[in-house]
Amino acid sequence: MANIVQFENVGLRYGTGPETLSDVSFSLRSGAFYFVTGASGAGKTSLLKLLYLAQRPTRGVVRLFGEDTVTLPRKRLPGFRRRIGVVFQDFRLVPHLSSYDNIALPLRVAGIPESDIEAPVREMLAWVGLTDRGKAKPLTLSGGEQQRIAIARAVIGRPEILVADEPTGNVDPDMAERLLHLFESLNRLGTTVVVATHDFHLLNRIPTAHMMRLDKGQIHDPTGALRHPAGSTE
Amino acid sequence: MKFSLNPAAPDRRLLDRSRRARAMSWIMAIMLFLTVLAGALGLGMFAARGSLDRQLSGRLTVQIVEPDAAARDRDTQAMADAFRKMPSVKRVEVVDRERLAELVRPWLGDAGLDPDLPMPAMIDVDLSDGSDAAVSRVAQAAKAIYADARVDRHAQWLSPVRSFMTTMSWLAAGLVLLMATATAAVVLLVARSGLDTHRDTIEVLHMLGATDIQVARLFQRRIAFDTLLGGLLGAGAAMGLVAFLQSRLGLLGSEMLSGVALQQRDWFLLLMLPILFALMATFAARVAVLRALGRVL
Ligand SMILES: Nc1ncnc2c1ncn2[C@@H]1O[C@H](COP(=O)(O)OP(=O)(O)OP(=O)(O)O)[C@@H](O)[C@H]1O
Ligand SMILES: [Mg+2]
Repeated sequence: MANIVQFENVGLRYGTGPETLSDVSFSLRSGAFYFVTGASGAGKTSLLKLLYLAQRPTRGVVRLFGEDTVTLPRKRLPGFRRRIGVVFQDFRLVPHLSSYDNIALPLRVAGIPESDIEAPVREMLAWVGLTDRGKAKPLTLSGGEQQRIAIARAVIGRPEILVADEPTGNVDPDMAERLLHLFESLNRLGTTVVVATHDFHLLNRIPTAHMMRLDKGQIHDPTGALRHPAGSTE
Repeated sequence: MKFSLNPAAPDRRLLDRSRRARAMSWIMAIMLFLTVLAGALGLGMFAARGSLDRQLSGRLTVQIVEPDAAARDRDTQAMADAFRKMPSVKRVEVVDRERLAELVRPWLGDAGLDPDLPMPAMIDVDLSDGSDAAVSRVAQAAKAIYADARVDRHAQWLSPVRSFMTTMSWLAAGLVLLMATATAAVVLLVARSGLDTHRDTIEVLHMLGATDIQVARLFQRRIAFDTLLGGLLGAGAAMGLVAFLQSRLGLLGSEMLSGVALQQRDWFLLLMLPILFALMATFAARVAVLRALGRVL
């Protein structure tokens, strides 16, 4: 399997502060499932931001789909972003749009005709168990419901990579497990999934998943060898 | 995201209508009201000056101040005949004594009718063109017959009025320009503050792969609609007021004031103002948005 993501000696510094990430090197294989764990403040969100092109590294190389994103001209970023689905830690739903419109957003941005939008959006709403909340505005939804809308929005465009930042932080264990199964089925369809979480409980739910641990901005166990010794999974 | 005129189109909902956007419409309404009034003033003055020129530029009066009545009548007749032979002369009319008496009656009373009272003879001349050359040809012909003949150009009497009208036209043009500048500034401010208001939405759109052009288009369209709406409202009100004033002017029956009347072409120009302003606003918004977006990754 080809590497879909490659980090080489990546460092990230916000402003003039200390390096939030330093000397991070790893590769993600296309079609695999990854967990990123680590204590709060370890740099999980920062790492994911580099992955979904919200940040450029201060040093090192971040290669995505085989291209160096650091030197990628700004013009080409939208095209790359459309191939990545993101579940933000803070959801980032558009507050004045209904759940339906929030989920439809990636398709509309991609210029999909309106007639081809309704069916997938309805399907996504059903998938996350919110069929009857299509008209609701995000602020009238519970935290868990908002999170599910955010997940539906992230996956509706059938992204090549799904990046989810604490996607189960606001839901009960049952729902967490259901959502994880969503990710798993997406993964089975070929999407590379990267989930940041500090819920160790989840890690064991996906036996084929690789695990990357962040500690004070440094990566440990980049191959997931912690649970899957090198070469044992394919 | 395609362009759609449907107000309920999904992308239309992306930027919620902020109070600032509504304020924008009202500001544009006021701006366009004033701009159209200034524009109407300018066009009206321009038209009046034109009609004044057309009416007066070729008009002359030749005076023969000769105490000897017989010599005066003879010279007058000779002059009138000479003028009639000139190709640039359209009309020659000897002002008869009764009319002259009528003209001086406020000063002299019935004494003006006394045939013994020496009164100058007058010949009104209309030229087909009011150029200096044509006028001086008439003057030469007049002086050849009577050396002391006086030639008055009507345009001269009204030249202060004419220059006033010119000044007003320029003033109006200046006002329109000033308004356009102020409008552009307001639009830039609104576009910037709109960017701040919608920063979160824009960031999400960006992360979902929207291009700068797509985001700019959302703003452009919003601002185009808001400014066009307000602009048409203000322009409509101003044009109504101008039409009303014009109908009142018409009632005055003054030949000079009726020249202020706006022609169809002028109304069309005025109607173009809100459209022009909306286009300008749209462009200003696009520039502001693209520049702001260029600064983020
Ligand atoms: N925009 C920013 N500007 C400055 N510092 C930041 C910024 N974002 C994150 N940091 C800092 O970088 C460090 C890592 O933050 P990050 O959000 O990546 O941690 P995290 O692992 O996602 O934590 P959590 O589990 O709480 O979400 C923190 O010390 C944080 O203060
Ligand atoms: Mg985080």
